[in-house]
Amino acid sequence: MGVSRRDFLKLSGGTVLVASLGVNLNPAKAYAQELRIKNAKQTTTVCPYCSVGCGIIVYQENGKIINTEGDPDHPISEGSLCAKGSSVIQLVDVETRVPKPLYREPGATAWKQVEWDWALDRIARLVKDSRDKNFKTVKKAKVKEKQPDGTEIMVEKEFVVNRMDSIAHIGSAALDNEECYLLQKLVRSWGLVYVEHQARI
Amino acid sequence: MTNHWIDLKNANVILAMGSNPASNHPISMKWIKRAQDKGAKLICVDPRFTQTAAKADLYAPLRSGTDLAFLGGMIKYILDNKLYFKEYVVNYTNASHLVNPDFKGPADLDGLFSGFNAETKKYDKATWSFQKDENGIVLKDPTLEDPNCVFQLLKKQYARYTPEKVVNITGTPMDKLMAVYKLFGSTGQPNQAGTECYAMGWTQHTVGTQNIRAMTIIQQLLGNMGIAGGGINALRGEANVQGSTDQGLLFHILPGYNPVPNAAQVDLATYIKDNTPTTKEPKSVNWWANRNKYITSYLKATYGDAGTKENDFGYSWMPKLDVGMNASWLTIFDKMYKGEFEGFFAWGQNPACSGANSNKTRQAMTKLKWLVNVNLFDNETGSFWRGPGMNPKDIQTEVFMLPCCSSMEKEGSISNSGRWAQWRYKAIEPIGKSLPDAEIINELFFKVKELYKKEGGAYADPIMNLTWNYGEKDASGKVKHVDIHRIAKEINGYWLEDVYDTKVDPPKLIGKKGDLVTSFPSLQADGTTSSGNWIYCNSYILKDGKEVNMMARRGKDDPTGLGLYPGWTWAWPVNRRIIYNRASVDLQGQPWDPTRPLLKWNATKLAATGKPGVWEGDIPDGPAPPMAYPDGKLPFIMKADGVASIFGPGLVEGPFPEHYEALECPLEENAMSKQRVNPTIKIFGDKIDASFSCDARFPFVCSTYRVSEHWQTGLMTRHCSWLLEMQPQNFVEMSIELAKELKLTNGELVIVSSGRGEVKAIAMVTERLKPFKIMNSTVHQVGLPWHFGWQFPEDGSGYDSANLLTPNVGDANTMIPESKAFMVNVRKA
Repeated sequence: MGVSRRDFLKLSGGTVLVASLGVNLNPAKAYAQELRIKNAKQTTTVCPYCSVGCGIIVYQENGKIINTEGDPDHPISEGSLCAKGSSVIQLVDVETRVPKPLYREPGATAWKQVEWDWALDRIARLVKDSRDKNFKTVKKAKVKEKQPDGTEIMVEKEFVVNRMDSIAHIGSAALDNEECYLLQKLVRSWGLVYVEHQARI
Repeated sequence: MTNHWIDLKNANVILAMGSNPASNHPISMKWIKRAQDKGAKLICVDPRFTQTAAKADLYAPLRSGTDLAFLGGMIKYILDNKLYFKEYVVNYTNASHLVNPDFKGPADLDGLFSGFNAETKKYDKATWSFQKDENGIVLKDPTLEDPNCVFQLLKKQYARYTPEKVVNITGTPMDKLMAVYKLFGSTGQPNQAGTECYAMGWTQHTVGTQNIRAMTIIQQLLGNMGIAGGGINALRGEANVQGSTDQGLLFHILPGYNPVPNAAQVDLATYIKDNTPTTKEPKSVNWWANRNKYITSYLKATYGDAGTKENDFGYSWMPKLDVGMNASWLTIFDKMYKGEFEGFFAWGQNPACSGANSNKTRQAMTKLKWLVNVNLFDNETGSFWRGPGMNPKDIQTEVFMLPCCSSMEKEGSISNSGRWAQWRYKAIEPIGKSLPDAEIINELFFKVKELYKKEGGAYADPIMNLTWNYGEKDASGKVKHVDIHRIAKEINGYWLEDVYDTKVDPPKLIGKKGDLVTSFPSLQADGTTSSGNWIYCNSYILKDGKEVNMMARRGKDDPTGLGLYPGWTWAWPVNRRIIYNRASVDLQGQPWDPTRPLLKWNATKLAATGKPGVWEGDIPDGPAPPMAYPDGKLPFIMKADGVASIFGPGLVEGPFPEHYEALECPLEENAMSKQRVNPTIKIFGDKIDASFSCDARFPFVCSTYRVSEHWQTGLMTRHCSWLLEMQPQNFVEMSIELAKELKLTNGELVIVSSGRGEVKAIAMVTERLKPFKIMNSTVHQVGLPWHFGWQFPEDGSGYDSANLLTPNVGDANTMIPESKAFMVNVRKA
């Protein structure tokens, strides 16, 4: 095949394709590699750790990630990865990932597994109760007001604030841009102003 | 970063100060090494001989918390030796601007600036202003000789930063200090480029913002801003902390750096007026004059058709801060500690280990009625109720652990430090029953909305009127699954009406209803466009009738040879790879350094408008011709006056950076002035917030840091066995001299304690740290990573978080905690 690895990825546009075509590795090196990734589908990703933004190729077979490696076409990383970037496969291939929502009752000494719907219904109820109880449409504040003679005096006035101060939210730089945008949209629609994330620490 | 990772290869001198790229951004070293291969020099300034120091051409140690003394001395050296780039300084900075003659600085007021109110700990900035002529234009002295000009005031303030005084404060050997000054000062030549890389080593101080300001002053003096191989580069810590900040997940900003409205901004017009800088400077672009377009387009994205001209596009539905209110991280945990919150979402974060003074953070969570922890793994935050010293039976908090999936199990974009928004694809279905974060957000939105529909309740308008068109809906109107591309397109923005340019005859259609907006200069203030985040406008565009996700591009062309790769993914703003790039050219538009032509004005080539003259190279900061042309514009388009600020009155503790000691430090006095610490910092007043300076119980300076094998609190990397095997547990680095004094041996278990808590660690006795000679006494410094926590490994073998030691005092501007300079003790376990 006259298709280089770079052209191959360009053709795939990052969507899944069978990897047996176009792999243009040094044949001696490629042999062992091909055994494992021969029928795998490739997608590209970017390392989830630091902010350099190194490219990673993810090989998937039968719904499982079987290999990850540096993306040689990526102009920043040129196929290199550090220890963390080289280990991203362990984020999916690990027993300690939490498979289902967990719940801890007040005073309980252990977690118990619960269904998504139950957990989300309960959280929605807690958000609404707190919001209904604590939402402020207006707040009084003392502000400087200019008098006709040019002097300023402090006067108490009522201002529209449309917010709630009983729930705080932090996170997250680990989310995608689209998710961050959606999350700020959600919490601001509830009226939250105590909204922060990793950038502050 | 003003520049980007690959651009490091274009530098002649790279200063890594306040960062440790070899450990924390390892692949960036590829580009630093490539610069070194071409003859560039790497300088590392750090309390510890780091992995970056090991690769550096020049290493200089300094005591934690003394960067401003070090940099102030560099400013003096550059001025004394006339190493500055005069043409750049005169034309592109405010060095020539005349300051109010009543302005006084630390040289006059022993460490303070004019206007300080000791009671409120705040400055009245009335004198931190410029002199203006009758037309409101700032008075200038291009000779830089007027005693009130910024340049002369700068000289006056830093005349006190003599090398002798600096080394007395920093503990840096004199020869190393002078070598750093000389080498970095050499980049003031037009054909030399110097760049600075900083990270938490600069931000996590009570003078954090001023550390960075001091360096921007140096970079302005040397003409290093806006050029290839130059800039001031924040090496950000998380894969998408740039993006999450861009998208407004902070109390003070909405997406695209539009401020969160406050209560006194009673309507949209007042909000716009308050947030739109004005200038009379004829050559200033003053880009923020477009604020009205960006906030209106944001409101249209948020509320859609419900936001009309009549109701201020829904402005009143936005939550408002009180005037002057600070709702930042440390305040949140202070309020939580006082029991002022009922509920708390810790989403993709582990504050039980990442928050300064973690004992306070952990105690604070026990006061909550409920907590939602969204993460891949259980962690110290979700399980706080069963942590060290906790009795679960006494803790009445209802806790939810919602498992989200990893980045390989969903799709979307993240923005790296160089502002490149890069698309990631889904490789596999989510593990177990974990969900993409977007799906969890979607579920919560509809479940709360449904309750309001059924029951009514407090002011539901902001929820009911929120747009949420992210995919196919079920019978109840709920979006079944989120189509991430629809969010990406909403962030970019749409034409909501057919819009015509009526200045031409006949009027010309510039935007067709329903189309994606091509870039932010097209955004409108009348509600005819939407854009969830104006700086990402141009990231998803219409090209030849097809919608194109610019963030997914993989083009490898590099036409300038500078490594800009304009066809690879997409960088904000408008795919500009180096911001303020118009400062890389002279007044005629020709590159200061013809061998590194980032931008060049081609006066004969015809522009699309038919007029001669186009910019070639990077996407310029605006299409206006060079400065020397009658309609030429100043290069710093985001600054109201169009020039870079050597004098920066925006910060709370002064328009020039001044050295103050860390809140906790080993010295009774600040050798520079009577003012020991930053006079404007906020001190939380509870017993748990106490600080311990010059306290014999805590004699050693301490700093936290990171290692290559772990990430942040370690909540992901501690679960990766390969990484945990390489770095299994907490350690504390100390000098051979200190170990001898404490009778400790390498590998021994010790306890590191501060006034706030203690943590176990393995003693790592090393030559990488050396005692400092400060004012004739010996100061020892230790350091430890903050990657560990009690919850995993479950046998406790990793020990706990170094943030149990750090103080919850913040930078006076940003409230980022001072985790890089505080006092501890070390003893045998």
